Amino acid sequence: MLARIWALVIKEFLAILRDKKSRLVLIGPPLIQLLVFGYAATFDLNHIPYAVYNQDTGSASRELLGDFQGSHAFRQVAVLHSTGQIAPLIEQGKALLVLQIGPNFTADLLRHQQAPLQVIIDGRNSNTATLALNYVNSVLLSFDNRWAAAQQWGRPPAQLVVRAWFNPNLLSRWFIVPGIVALLTLVVTLLVTGLSVAREREQGTFDQLLVTPLTPGEILLGKALPGIIIGALEAAFISLVAVFWFQVPLLGSIPALALGLLLFLLAAVGIGLMISSLSLTQQQGLLGVFLFLVPAIILSGFATPIANMPPLVQDLTYLNPMRYFLVIVRGVFLEGDNISLLWNQYWPLALIALASMAAASWLFRHRMH
Amino acid sequence: MAAADTPLLFRAVSKSFARGSQRVQALDQIDLGLVPGTITALVGPDGAGKTTLLRLAAGLLRPDGGVVTVLGADLGSQGHSLQQEIGYMPQRFGLYEDLTVQENLDLYANLQEIRPEDASTRQQDLLKLTALGPFRTRRAGALSGGMKQKLGLACALLRAPRLLLLDEPTVGVDPIARRELWQIVQGLRDKGVTIFLSTAYFDEAERCDEIILLHQGKLLKKDTPKALSAPLQGRCYLVTDEFRSKRQLREALQARPEVQDARILAEGVRVLCRSGAAAAAEGERWQAVEPAFADAFVDLLSDPQENEAYHAEPPNQTPADGRPASRAETPETVVDVHDLGKFFGSFAAVKGTSFQVQKGQIFGLLGANGAGKTTTFRMLCGLLPASSGSLRVAGVDMRRASSQARARIGYVSQKFSLYGNLSCAQNLAFFSAAYGLRSSRRRQRIDWAQQEFQLHDYANVNVDELPLGIKQRLALACALLHSPPILFLDEPTSGVDPLARREFWQRITGLAEAGVTVLITTHFMEEAEYCDRLILMSLGEVLAQGSPEEIRSQARDAEHPSPSMEDAFIRLIEAHESQIRRAS
Repeated sequence: MLARIWALVIKEFLAILRDKKSRLVLIGPPLIQLLVFGYAATFDLNHIPYAVYNQDTGSASRELLGDFQGSHAFRQVAVLHSTGQIAPLIEQGKALLVLQIGPNFTADLLRHQQAPLQVIIDGRNSNTATLALNYVNSVLLSFDNRWAAAQQWGRPPAQLVVRAWFNPNLLSRWFIVPGIVALLTLVVTLLVTGLSVAREREQGTFDQLLVTPLTPGEILLGKALPGIIIGALEAAFISLVAVFWFQVPLLGSIPALALGLLLFLLAAVGIGLMISSLSLTQQQGLLGVFLFLVPAIILSGFATPIANMPPLVQDLTYLNPMRYFLVIVRGVFLEGDNISLLWNQYWPLALIALASMAAASWLFRHRMH
Repeated sequence: MAAADTPLLFRAVSKSFARGSQRVQALDQIDLGLVPGTITALVGPDGAGKTTLLRLAAGLLRPDGGVVTVLGADLGSQGHSLQQEIGYMPQRFGLYEDLTVQENLDLYANLQEIRPEDASTRQQDLLKLTALGPFRTRRAGALSGGMKQKLGLACALLRAPRLLLLDEPTVGVDPIARRELWQIVQGLRDKGVTIFLSTAYFDEAERCDEIILLHQGKLLKKDTPKALSAPLQGRCYLVTDEFRSKRQLREALQARPEVQDARILAEGVRVLCRSGAAAAAEGERWQAVEPAFADAFVDLLSDPQENEAYHAEPPNQTPADGRPASRAETPETVVDVHDLGKFFGSFAAVKGTSFQVQKGQIFGLLGANGAGKTTTFRMLCGLLPASSGSLRVAGVDMRRASSQARARIGYVSQKFSLYGNLSCAQNLAFFSAAYGLRSSRRRQRIDWAQQEFQLHDYANVNVDELPLGIKQRLALACALLHSPPILFLDEPTSGVDPLARREFWQRITGLAEAGVTVLITTHFMEEAEYCDRLILMSLGEVLAQGSPEEIRSQARDAEHPSPSMEDAFIRLIEAHESQIRRAS
């Protein structure tokens, strides 16, 4: 029995590796995606383009503008001289925001009065606008504190002291790169397994397999192992790149990550084989994989938090293996989790794996045209 | 003959293709010219370059060297205007399966820029010609193989071409549709169209005005059928023997050095001698017959060395080693099918089929495409659940059979299902392991397969790149690795050239002599003569059952004293289908 499964595994690897195109698909796109996601996908804003319309001639406004100029996050693109210039600048997207300082800014401050400062911001991308406003606020906050200290106004009664755990500098790369481990592993595993049965059905070789002494269980194992091996190699490679190239800390236990990966791969392979045995042609298989892949990524918490989703959709995410593996991978990388802390993620993954594998092996024999 | 009169003229045309790192010379210095208003057949083994030649003539390929002239004009410089004069039907015509018959015709009329008012009258004519009128609103995908070919032909004829190129128009088509297609083609010739077609059927080639024989990219012969077979006068005989079966007689005759070729016909064994008459052995009756094109083909193309190698081994020891070579004395029922039915939704693919197969028999399932042969096979092999009735293969239902029971059957599916991007050797290695062969036995069987099926030269070639004939040998080799006592062969000779087909039947009869039970489907009617028993299927029903003689005798009457299997098939099916055809 082992010899038969082994022969099937070797055959699967040969079928994948002897084909130049599928060789490229396994190596090229994941590498490119890793670099693109690692460098390009970030929530951090750098060099926010802003313009200044300063009607004040005093020292306070100069000092405040100096703070903005000195920050890496901001880049001054224009100095305006009338309100009419503001609208075209924002509309054309040349500046994300305009700081308008009124004529009495310094005078008001020196008189210990409130000095308003207007920020006009391009709100078309709400996420970016909110982030930029946050940055403006923090620059303003430090200016206020410094001004209060210098003019001996006394300290404000409540002080905010922020300390970000797990990601002290709030680098979004630390959040995204471990997610890529889950994302690319899922993509590659689904592609490898999602096409394997469909390819054989299309060529007619699946019938040939079914008349050999191979049992459906053996075929399932022979088909699943290559997917698991390729997926595991891919995940290990991306993890190494994450740690050594992108410098993301790996704090937790590697066995915890490995166990999570194994269960995740089993679930992904099961789903891939299920899709594959439902399809009669490779084209159907590919469509099926993408039909699953896109919602699986959106509803996984990879980019947007699951907690923000409507309750019904949140319930749906419980069926998504990537949801659990993302928690595991981020937990192990950033929080330093170990196996005992992650049980709540392991068992649903195992359950999904079991169900999808069983369904796939049933479909092998019963899905006949 | 002036070049302007010649519908198609090749002058020193060569074409080569890259296959991996090598270049394959598909056509080598071809010179030929067609006579206007004739049918010319293009015949040759697989990979001889037939399709390449037709594609060059259609202007789909450019020659590496030489000139192709169509209707007096150079295809290279005036290709576009000439396209309108040429009708070309490739092997698998590009019908849109989800469109109806009418929509396909409209689409091709649009593609060929025929004005709608012209198109509709032409379409009416073509629908009448092909008798597809009643099926105008049917999806092309739901047509039978023969009807699809007729629709493809109609699409190629939309522009009323002066030169018609057909690439194996009758492959996979049942005898009735084949006859109808030929009537259409001959009608076109009578209207002055020049027709150039490739074929794998000898009887079709013989019906043509001229035959071009292509071999390994070279033009071997170009002549009328009569002139081609004339030199063989006095070398062809029909041999009968009252005491031996035709198969045994054929084996015996083939083994004699003076016999070049022996094949089984309805009346006896037809023998082609190397030179003159051969001595008749005791009990044999030799009767001189007219040579046919099939004899000329074998004579011109068979490789003497290969034949020699095959003769060196007595066939009844080769296939299933270790099994007693003699047949069991008491017939043992190996396959028992009773009232088998299969429904796909409301469509009955197989209706109440019953038959039994004894050990060591060659059992044939004959019928047109869609007759239910493949469905029956898939049920027997356990690939499909039966809707009703019972079936037993070697005493068990394959669908619920254990691994060991499944190891008792070998299965070659319709398309020679092999792993395309694995090499020959890797395919053999995989299937031997899948059948549970191990270590020395595994090596021994793989060696045997490579030896017996002459696969050594192809060991490291990817299966996708093999010619169909070699693929068929490999598929059979893979199915025989575990020496199964029961062999299922689904259309194993479809699309395979005549020589490879002959070689294949030699192997199969050898296997049956060794006690292997063989179930085989085919739509080559002449192959029915190799079977011990057969059933004739049509639209899911069994029309006739028995030995080839018994089935032929059902079609015998005063007008047809000795009907061929093809005649019998056509008459039985026409009688059965007439109401159904009329109804739809």
